[in-house]
Amino acid sequence: MEIILFYLVALVIVISGILVVTCQSPVNSALALVNTFFCLAVYYVMLHAPFMAAVQIMVYAGAIMVLILFVIMLLNLGTEEKKRFTHGVVWSALCCFFLMATSLHFIKHGSVTGAEGNITPHLVQSFGHTELIGKTMFTEFLLPFEIASILLLVAIVGAVVLAKKDA
Amino acid sequence: MISVYHYMTVAAILFALGAYGVLTRRNAIVVFMCVELMLNSVNLTFIALSNHLQSMDGQIFVFFVMTVAAAEAAVGLALMITFFRNRETIDVDQINMLKW
Repeated sequence: MEIILFYLVALVIVISGILVVTCQSPVNSALALVNTFFCLAVYYVMLHAPFMAAVQIMVYAGAIMVLILFVIMLLNLGTEEKKRFTHGVVWSALCCFFLMATSLHFIKHGSVTGAEGNITPHLVQSFGHTELIGKTMFTEFLLPFEIASILLLVAIVGAVVLAKKDA
Repeated sequence: MISVYHYMTVAAILFALGAYGVLTRRNAIVVFMCVELMLNSVNLTFIALSNHLQSMDGQIFVFFVMTVAAAEAAVGLALMITFFRNRETIDVDQINMLKW
């Protein structure tokens, strides 16, 4: 049953990913991208990470996409004129095909190794995913967390300074 | 049974799609959205591996990727607004002042 859901969501993800890349109007691309984000949130739930799914929907589909849509509407960009066929398209298609082929080859023939932890799905269900994330973030990763907050502050100031009328 | 390789395959396909978009599209905002697509495919890899290895570190990393993506969205879109004000276009082919 789960595998049917997986393939269904994979189909939707790939189709909306193609739509993001091929749609002529930026608004259509943005809507397809929101669709991709929601499908990824479904995957996060299937991977026993419900908090990350909630954050994905709130931060990506909520905040970032609203910002992007807002700028698209603010600049009032029309549909892109018909793309002229260039050698660049062929070369980039080839590059991306080889990128995908090599990574799929490594995924198929490689095996995953790494330090195993002790966060089992059972523990996540009994203890709660949010608590586990909070515990890790505010003990082991406290310094990166603080640095991330400074990064966000710098981004806010930078965005205001850049978008100001008489900079 | 769904293995971690299934998720990584989907992530690889998404990443290649995003890279294709970055290389071929000429509207700067669409290029930006393709970068977001690539970031999200990497997030999927992180969470799949974190689930597979039963560790929390990958999910913390996804958190930081999201933080950087939000900061990048704010600064990048402000840059685009400024550029549009000066040049009346955000076609990346027209943005060639640094080109040799």
